[in-house]
Amino acid sequence: MSDNQDFSVVGKSLPRSDARIKAVGAAQYADDIFLPGMLYGKLLRSPVAHARIKSIDTSAAEALPGVKCVITGADIPKIKYGNWRLVPESQDEYALAIDKVRFIGDEVAAVAALDKDTAEEAVRLIKVEYEELPGAFSVDEALAENAPVIHDEYQQQTPNISLDRKISYGDLDRAFAEADLILDDVFTVHATSHAYMEPCSCVAEYDHDGRLTIWTSTQAPYFVQCLLALTLEMRENDIRVIKPYVGGGFGGKMEMRPWEFCAAFIARKLGRPVKFTLTREEELATGRRRHPMKIHSKVAFRKDGMILGKEFIVHLDGGAYNSMGPTACFLCGNFGAMLYNYPNYRYYGAHVYTNKPPAGAMRGFGAPQALFVAETQMNMAAEKLGLDPIDIRLMNAMETGDEIPGVATISSCGFKESLLKVAEMTDWRERRKNLKPGQGIGIGCYSFISGGVFNWFNTRYNFTRAEVRAFDDGTVHLMTMASDIGQGCDTVLRQILAEELGLKISDIRLTAADTAVTPQADLGTWGSRVTLMAGNAVRKAAQEIKEQLYKMVSLKFDLNVIHDMRCKDGKIFPANRPDRNISFGEAVRMAQRANRGEPIIGYGSYTPRNKGLVTPAFSFGAQVAECEVDRETGAIEVKYMTTAHDCGTPINPMAVEGQLEGSVHMGLGYALCEQFIMKEGKTLNTTFLDYKLACAEDMPPGVSVHIDTYEPDGPFGAKEAGEGLVSPTAPAIADAVYHATGYRCMDLPITPLKLLKGMKKI
Amino acid sequence: MKKELITLNINGDDIEVAVHPWRTLNEVLRDELHLTGTKLGCGTGDCGACTVLLDGRSVSSCLTLAVEAEGHEITTIEGLSPEADHGDLEHSPLHPIQESFIQKGAIQCGFCTPGMIMSAKFLLDHTPQPTEAEIRAGLSGNLCRCTGYNKIVDAIADAADKLAKGE
Repeated sequence: MSDNQDFSVVGKSLPRSDARIKAVGAAQYADDIFLPGMLYGKLLRSPVAHARIKSIDTSAAEALPGVKCVITGADIPKIKYGNWRLVPESQDEYALAIDKVRFIGDEVAAVAALDKDTAEEAVRLIKVEYEELPGAFSVDEALAENAPVIHDEYQQQTPNISLDRKISYGDLDRAFAEADLILDDVFTVHATSHAYMEPCSCVAEYDHDGRLTIWTSTQAPYFVQCLLALTLEMRENDIRVIKPYVGGGFGGKMEMRPWEFCAAFIARKLGRPVKFTLTREEELATGRRRHPMKIHSKVAFRKDGMILGKEFIVHLDGGAYNSMGPTACFLCGNFGAMLYNYPNYRYYGAHVYTNKPPAGAMRGFGAPQALFVAETQMNMAAEKLGLDPIDIRLMNAMETGDEIPGVATISSCGFKESLLKVAEMTDWRERRKNLKPGQGIGIGCYSFISGGVFNWFNTRYNFTRAEVRAFDDGTVHLMTMASDIGQGCDTVLRQILAEELGLKISDIRLTAADTAVTPQADLGTWGSRVTLMAGNAVRKAAQEIKEQLYKMVSLKFDLNVIHDMRCKDGKIFPANRPDRNISFGEAVRMAQRANRGEPIIGYGSYTPRNKGLVTPAFSFGAQVAECEVDRETGAIEVKYMTTAHDCGTPINPMAVEGQLEGSVHMGLGYALCEQFIMKEGKTLNTTFLDYKLACAEDMPPGVSVHIDTYEPDGPFGAKEAGEGLVSPTAPAIADAVYHATGYRCMDLPITPLKLLKGMKKI
Repeated sequence: MKKELITLNINGDDIEVAVHPWRTLNEVLRDELHLTGTKLGCGTGDCGACTVLLDGRSVSSCLTLAVEAEGHEITTIEGLSPEADHGDLEHSPLHPIQESFIQKGAIQCGFCTPGMIMSAKFLLDHTPQPTEAEIRAGLSGNLCRCTGYNKIVDAIADAADKLAKGE
């Protein structure tokens, strides 16, 4: 099945619908909100990595003029929370520490005061007596005999392993016995920051009618609503979460966080609005980050390059709490066996507690780590077997219709086409042979999910839902909890709705991400779920509207029942008789009259069912990096990136390109320059001077092409774009560096120092 | 320490404000005057989200004391297209740099955008026909996590063309 390609709005590179408000500086982010009587909040964080709290003395802080409230763990309900509600014992955090702190930055107390300076001063006046405990700062330390137990309040089979996952299929032992080549390697990958430009911020207000409203920088308003209700011991319906404009998230804003709890708790207690805004130092020193991992990967190949099987053992360095680690642990197992057909596979993943800032969800969610390893080993195998890296991939590549046993079916796949396209665009075979010393060209590939199937939040609602109201002035109002955090779903969903109803973007009003108004059913922006899931819901809601309006056209023109109908250019008409049309607005007016005043409303919801365990649809792609290495200094310059990717039908090609170029930025940082410098649990680089993001001058030029596929489960054939693409960049660059220097990176990031050591220059 | 009464000229208006001498221009713009188009992304002068123009020069408002700004002309994102009629979206364009950012897909989350646009304004005021390398150098004080910068570079080149043609 394929949609009519004669689209009016879908497939067009339209500017974002919120571009103008952002260009004039009028878009309000959480920290831009000022309410009458508003207080300023500040958190006190633990300066030690692992300790028992012996006492807290807040008297001096409370006595400071201008301080209105000081709270500690003793003041709040003793209720643990976490996103993995399906597994209650995984909920391991208190909003403020009770009895123990487990990382440098753990939230211990909160203050609200008349102004920021007073709040900061008050925090400094709180005296906490700690009894320091030994810490564990790596997976190896946490799993060593006699390691300090970080969560000693509940039983764990293995101390400090909070959760593990096993996947097994086929006969792996036989695969290894029959193999001509076995690669058996241990890789380590590091933590990086989301580094969204907007530090987390929220404003909470209590309205004295028992309702609490919070404007917060979040990707998942519904999670915040539910978990605030849990921890404040309030009813969900008494909490209104509004997502204002959000300055990026990348996975880092998809949990209820302590400042949201503290703002709400203090606002309710005092009856005054309270704002908390984090500093960049807090974000970098204590914020969520990408999971560092230790990955042991053993892969069996036949001598012609065919993969026979793989064993993938992953230890996630989770930091002090679970956060979204369990999901990363699950997905890492899936991504370890993606892209290629692994007939025999065994995965063991363990989420390990350490005394470091918790790692959480971050763009790719387990895929950048798993695919760095998988793609590097494909390149190693190609070399050892004397094959071209693209040929060995083509031989094993997944294609449409392939199945991962008991896990997923690949319903659309443009992977082979992507491989062939990057080979053609880069003149791969010739260029690999004809490079100067210090130049290299390498390849990395990816696959990613279009939203998750596994309901770890244990929502009682549909996964997503849309409500559309139609008006007789020819406009509609779309209500959805889909949360635009910069990726552009407000625009994409309007495009989908406009296409479906034959309207212009400007005919669509949108209210999004306000739990008091928009349908509860939506889990937020993560896992590349929004275009496919919310897009399908919007389409279904539009179809309900259309059914009501088509009847009016049939009535007016006394049409034969066999006529197919169209909505286009603001008109509704039989497909083969466009002259018999009525305007959208008039059809609404007629339908409303015919229904004795009932408004014209369409509802649509989407929940993936019978889609395996992982996702309704997978994206695919291939990327080639060209690098130049200064063999004296170890400096690496990425000269050019070539990408071919399959996101199904791009709803807005310009927005997809923007996602893709942003992915290259994050992937390049992951490969080369972004890392946390840690010492005994303390993050030492806490400014953007020391935490190195690529600047405009560092970004390589590049080219990308969309591989045209059609995803049957996606709206107009669309699926994931822009999250998966963060994965191939590091292995592609690492392969190019190997090609240029002979240094094979097994330990990200590739710094000049590691490179020079690898080249035996120092 | 007592507050000082100063007069700041912001987007053409003289505004009296009482400030502590240690208050940054960013704090006064945002917290006192609620001119929130100017953002705060790091507070250490690294990210450029707080960029404003002081007598036409781009500065980090998080590193500029408010008292230092007295007697200078301050331009923020809110003052970049004073003639625009926002009630006439189709026919009343913004500043060419803003229009190019919108049309070329240079905006995603939008948090870096005001600072990027102010840095671009400074660049084009002094280098009306910049090369790509000059544009990238001109943005070296502004970080963006969403776009990978390429569309921002395209937008500034496009704006330079428009300005050269007098559009």
